[in-house]
Amino acid sequence: MGIEFIYPEFEVVRNQNRCIGCRVCERQCANEVHTYDADGKVIISDDAKCVNCQRCVSLCPTRAIKIVKSDCRMRENANWADDTIKEIYKQANSGGVLLSSMGNPKPFPVYWDKILINASQVTNPPIDPLREPMETKVFLGKKPDSIERDENGKLINNLSPQLKLELPVMFSAMSYGSISYNAHKSLALAAQQLGIYYNTGEGGLHEDFYVYGENTIVQVASGRFGVHDDYLNAGAAVEIKMGQGAKPGIGGHLPGTKIVGDVSHTRMIPEGSDAISPAPHHDIYSIEDLRQLVYSLKEATQYKKPVIVKVAAVHNIAAIASGIARSGADIIAIDGFRGGTGAAPTRIRDNVGIPIELALAACDQRLREEGIRNQVSLVVGGSIRSASDVVKAIALGADACYVATAALLAMGCHLCRTCQTGKCNWGIATQNPELVKRLNPEIGSQRLVNLMTAWGHEIKELMGGMGINSIETLRGNRLMLRGINLTEKELEILGISHAGE
Amino acid sequence: MKLEGQIRIPSGCAISAVISKDGNRMNGEKIIESMKPMHDRSNGLGGGFAAYGIYPEHKEQYALHIFFDSISAREECEHLLRKSFEVVKDESIKTRTIPEITDEPIIRRYFVSPLNSVLTALQIDEKEYVVRIVTKINIELKGSYVFSCGKNMGAFKAVGFPEDVGRFYCLDEYEAYSWTAHGRYPTNTPGWWGGAHPFALLDYTIVHNGEISSYDANRRFIEMYGYKCTLQTDTEVITYIADYLLRRQKLTLEEMASVVAAPFWQTIDKKCPEERERLNYLRTVFSSLLVTGPFSIILGFEGGLMALNDRLKLRSMVVGEKDDKVYIASEEAAIRVMEPDAQNIYAPAGGEPVIVKVKEGKF
Ligand code: SF4
Ligand code: SF4
Repeated sequence: MGIEFIYPEFEVVRNQNRCIGCRVCERQCANEVHTYDADGKVIISDDAKCVNCQRCVSLCPTRAIKIVKSDCRMRENANWADDTIKEIYKQANSGGVLLSSMGNPKPFPVYWDKILINASQVTNPPIDPLREPMETKVFLGKKPDSIERDENGKLINNLSPQLKLELPVMFSAMSYGSISYNAHKSLALAAQQLGIYYNTGEGGLHEDFYVYGENTIVQVASGRFGVHDDYLNAGAAVEIKMGQGAKPGIGGHLPGTKIVGDVSHTRMIPEGSDAISPAPHHDIYSIEDLRQLVYSLKEATQYKKPVIVKVAAVHNIAAIASGIARSGADIIAIDGFRGGTGAAPTRIRDNVGIPIELALAACDQRLREEGIRNQVSLVVGGSIRSASDVVKAIALGADACYVATAALLAMGCHLCRTCQTGKCNWGIATQNPELVKRLNPEIGSQRLVNLMTAWGHEIKELMGGMGINSIETLRGNRLMLRGINLTEKELEILGISHAGE
Repeated sequence: MKLEGQIRIPSGCAISAVISKDGNRMNGEKIIESMKPMHDRSNGLGGGFAAYGIYPEHKEQYALHIFFDSISAREECEHLLRKSFEVVKDESIKTRTIPEITDEPIIRRYFVSPLNSVLTALQIDEKEYVVRIVTKINIELKGSYVFSCGKNMGAFKAVGFPEDVGRFYCLDEYEAYSWTAHGRYPTNTPGWWGGAHPFALLDYTIVHNGEISSYDANRRFIEMYGYKCTLQTDTEVITYIADYLLRRQKLTLEEMASVVAAPFWQTIDKKCPEERERLNYLRTVFSSLLVTGPFSIILGFEGGLMALNDRLKLRSMVVGEKDDKVYIASEEAAIRVMEPDAQNIYAPAGGEPVIVKVKEGKF
């Protein structure tokens, strides 16, 4: 111990009166916190290994376990917070870059929580979604600038390929490798049942999942793992990943320990080798290069599939979005700084990028000022946590939302934020077969379907309250939003008035 | 208190219209009368009329109806008009002094033709040119407001009850083959004449009853195409939508109705494949021009009119006919005043356009 010792963050509290010694916790904890002490006939815990994933808590049949935050604190210091000090110790111990996972947990403002939604009173009627049709269907993709007619005056269908969504929500990119086979299968099944899309992420598409192609978005990232002709043509759309909200400006690193069996096969790299995605695409050093990749992918898919370009929300995002819109992309996906990740350097996750609410408002406004908003669809993510976040995003100007963390939660994730260890006790962020089988894809997909169905109902309720019966007329309808506790500048960027105005 | 345009003012309303399919011209008496039984649907804060076929002797020129707040505003605006157009005739619009209508601005009419040389230089067509000049006056010239700018037609509006507004403008002295009327019930307004309806652009006029919930989505979309919603009213944005879809995108009236009051997806799915593709296409391409929330509108244009309800039919609107005439109004009572023997009175379904056109060559 000594100088390297850091007091554990959590304490495992076992109520010995309730514990029946069944040893479930011991079997369930991949972090090996619990061990059976045969001599004393009791189960003991090594707090230091606990990541507070709540697995043992959830499975203990007698509710004997709880995990509490340790109250062993450093001396209080408003400048040197406990975490800050401990991070210094960790780096002094290891000399390494700190790693984290999932989204930015810091107390930055969450603008969704400072925006309020309107409802109809007197001058126009609210609409009851139980009695009247309430439409949430969305088409994503480029819309033509003008109509064309044939010699008989009949309208010619000059629409570019579109993605049809029954709900304005999709599951965003999570690669096979960073998450498990069963997690991918759950997402694919749910997307199919819901009439929406899930996204392969950058790890290729397992051959078992080609059957869900109609509900799949295949991703092409800087590492180009698992990208080949069949893959590109397997999905309904192709997404070029330029950046990710949790780690703008850097690539990815899936450790060799996760590159096993099918993961290695699907990624088309040797087992045990680290999968390193470079920070830039080495064929894209500027916007004109992006245009070439967009059109290469369109060529490869015979112009039958929309191309999405995904970028992280960074400072000059509006100008970037405008450039992308002119590069031939059909859809722009913007990922906010709270977006999740399987692993990212802590400093980057917590300090780089901007909130999605501001990025979205700025991009939508800029594209309209340039008169090109109808040429692209806008999809936003990172982090969309609920139906009301979706409604607010659409009213700010999004066509649809990407959700990932909420989907993981539905599948059992308890946000312990240690995905990078590969020991996810919930069978999600792991490749260990014993852990993977804890997630039953039938149950996982059903829970995803439940969640999205619930959101669908809530979205319809909120729309009906505003007297809106089609999601199209909510899009960009900022008059339906008011800000609370926001500065003039924030309101100006969001393009909304303050509550009471 | 903020002026109309600086703030969005919701309002309820009454609308009424009559058109002769044979192009027979009627004076404004009946349409004024028709607003009386619907008196309670207005609150005296705005009324107006649009009349088609009223200027046959000037039918080649655009008739600009303009409000001026002051002599200096008028001088400034006239300077711009003379620079931009050949002004064929310039007169004040005849009004009657009545106690119900007060505080009137200077109200004038100009028959103008765009200068060919300017059109050639700018490489735009005549209508686009007129729209640009009118927009410029309305946005940039303080104290001047063009409230009508079509050919052989005109809008007349004021702060007051519609029946008083009709008398004020001596509409009994105008002969039109098509009339529309509007009485307004704004929930609050400082009472600005320009804010009354109909709202007009070129020969398109809109009278509208309702409060649309899609307003800002529609506004932010249409403003991408050079329109500027200065009044923040539903009527204004719907007029721009009509202009964009009909004049600029060259959609037919039926197609425009399929955009603005698009059928529900579930209805579209039940159509035959060809119709389904057409409706899917229109709804997808112009999705931001769908209008939701309650509305009944009458779109007037050269040679006809179209009445349309929102797709849930959240506002009343009835249609009746007699001989060569078709009557449309918020309430049947209004139709009965115009024609006690009106026949085939029915309420069109939500989203079902009623299109009436004057026979070719009769207007
Ligand atoms: S890591 Fe999870 S399963 Fe293990 S002790 Fe902690 S909460 Fe329980
Ligand atoms: S996916 Fe697993 S490891 Fe990652 S945060 Fe969720 S529960 Fe923890």
